[in-house]
Amino acid sequence: MKSDSMTLRRWVNRVALTLTGLCALVTVSTLFFLLGYITLNGIGAINWEFLTQLPKPVGETGGGMANAIVGTAKLLGLASLIGVPIGFFGGIYLSEYGHGRLAFWVRYASDVLNGVPSIVIGIFAYILIVLPMKGFSTLAGGFALGIMMIPIAVRTTEEFLRLIPASVREASYALGVRQWKTTVFVVIPAAARGLMTGILLDLARVAGETAPLLFTALNNRIWSHGWTEPTSSLPVMIYTYAISPYEDWHRQAWAAALVLMLLVLVVNGGARILLPRRRETA
Amino acid sequence: MRSSRSRSGNWGDRLFGGASLGFALLILVLVAVLVGELAWNSRLALRAFGPAFLWSQNWDPVQELFGALPFIYGTLATSVVALLISIPLGLGTAIFLVELAPPRVSETISFLVELLAAIPSVIYGLVGLFVVVPWVRTAFCPSVSAALGWIPIFQASPYGVGIFTAGIILAVMIVPFITTVSREVLLMVPRSQREAALALGATHWEMVSTAILPYARSGIAGSIFLALARALGETMAVTMVIGNRPEIRASLFEPGYTMAAVLANEFSEATSDLHLHALIEIGLVLFVITIIVNGLARLLLLKLGRTTEGRS
Repeated sequence: MKSDSMTLRRWVNRVALTLTGLCALVTVSTLFFLLGYITLNGIGAINWEFLTQLPKPVGETGGGMANAIVGTAKLLGLASLIGVPIGFFGGIYLSEYGHGRLAFWVRYASDVLNGVPSIVIGIFAYILIVLPMKGFSTLAGGFALGIMMIPIAVRTTEEFLRLIPASVREASYALGVRQWKTTVFVVIPAAARGLMTGILLDLARVAGETAPLLFTALNNRIWSHGWTEPTSSLPVMIYTYAISPYEDWHRQAWAAALVLMLLVLVVNGGARILLPRRRETA
Repeated sequence: MRSSRSRSGNWGDRLFGGASLGFALLILVLVAVLVGELAWNSRLALRAFGPAFLWSQNWDPVQELFGALPFIYGTLATSVVALLISIPLGLGTAIFLVELAPPRVSETISFLVELLAAIPSVIYGLVGLFVVVPWVRTAFCPSVSAALGWIPIFQASPYGVGIFTAGIILAVMIVPFITTVSREVLLMVPRSQREAALALGATHWEMVSTAILPYARSGIAGSIFLALARALGETMAVTMVIGNRPEIRASLFEPGYTMAAVLANEFSEATSDLHLHALIEIGLVLFVITIIVNGLARLLLLKLGRTTEGRS
């Protein structure tokens, strides 16, 4: 009897633990399936034409997404100009100055911003920029993405600055260096690698955002000049082409997905190699 | 010491401190403006429909009748389906990573799981549209409704797009959140808990289920709420596979609509001011729900942090 129950318990043990292994296997296989499927479908449609030409009019095959690639680059550039300074200085404030109630609220606001669904950020940019300017624009899209970059920039900046031990700051103070000079010339350089990769990861994250661009940057089948015209971008092109009825557009959607995915993978993989291990630095 | 420096009137310290403070305050202001603008720009709908907006089923831009219930239902239903799939999957993976996998394997798999979260949602939508939708239409839905079709939620439907399909895609998208956070939570369980269970003769699994999981439950719940908040606000992947029909049907295989999806589809083509304001009110409702769910997640994770600090 006793040995029976022990056998049963051993079996339950074995089955349950195997199931957890199976879960891990399913999760990881899903990733490899996604990567493989997108590569297989996208690789055939990527060529020089895809990277350098404008989209052809509806019905004609061929053409490319050059304007979407440039559009995404412009949007990301503008987003960094807005999101990085705010997030970076916000993070500096939290790590170097903020200890009281204000710091709590700033951290809380940044968390709230991180939790806001991206489509709601799109509404925000629509109200603040598209409505007053009476038109969809690169500016509005970049603003929306910039807002989305803030919370991660705040968090990574704070985290990596905190990793620098107090003794480093104190050594600098002891030499008579002012606090701001200590921060700018001692603390930030010491954390530079982490900060750079943090910003890159942040960029990779918003590079794939589609929802906030739908009614801010809209889309464009020709070149967008300056900052006040609607612009095309890779994620929005993937969406538009995917839900279209044209075979050739589906092919190009896969190609664009592959380009976007490679961008995300390269940045994430690179960050993993570059990032200082937390345990070693702390 | 530092205060004497700034009192000595160093412009550099004051300027730099002031700039950091200014940008920090700017974040607070941004969030306040966000809330204010959402409320102000939905005023026409708030005034016209009042709280009934939340439980009215009509969504008719032509007659200017707007009620959000079909979208709220769709958002909740897709998220529940997603959670039912992703909780066992995500938690199982986390347990495997902490309990069974050798450290190096565990690190590698964790990285791969995080990559899953880094893939843009529009790519999930693309794969959903061309892979999962046909699969549900031709294989999954027919076989499930042949066996369980007498239960209303499994009634057959010929579309392939719908609540269930959106739920599957969402599940894959939120598994990383459950796995990553749960893994960290499980790693925080003190050694003494494990050793106590093993010393009483528990098998490995009994140790996990009787000592570790109960200890970590508030943290695990926190990870689930984090994932839920993601699922509620997810837009692109859902929009592409949900079917976009503002009706409430019993079957999970029928097309539906979510709050985020209706915003994505109708916002840039809103026909009237009232229509636009009704859409912004949906955005406001979505915002409030995700903030609450995120807040709960943070509270639960905070609670766990306190108990482990106190005991270990």
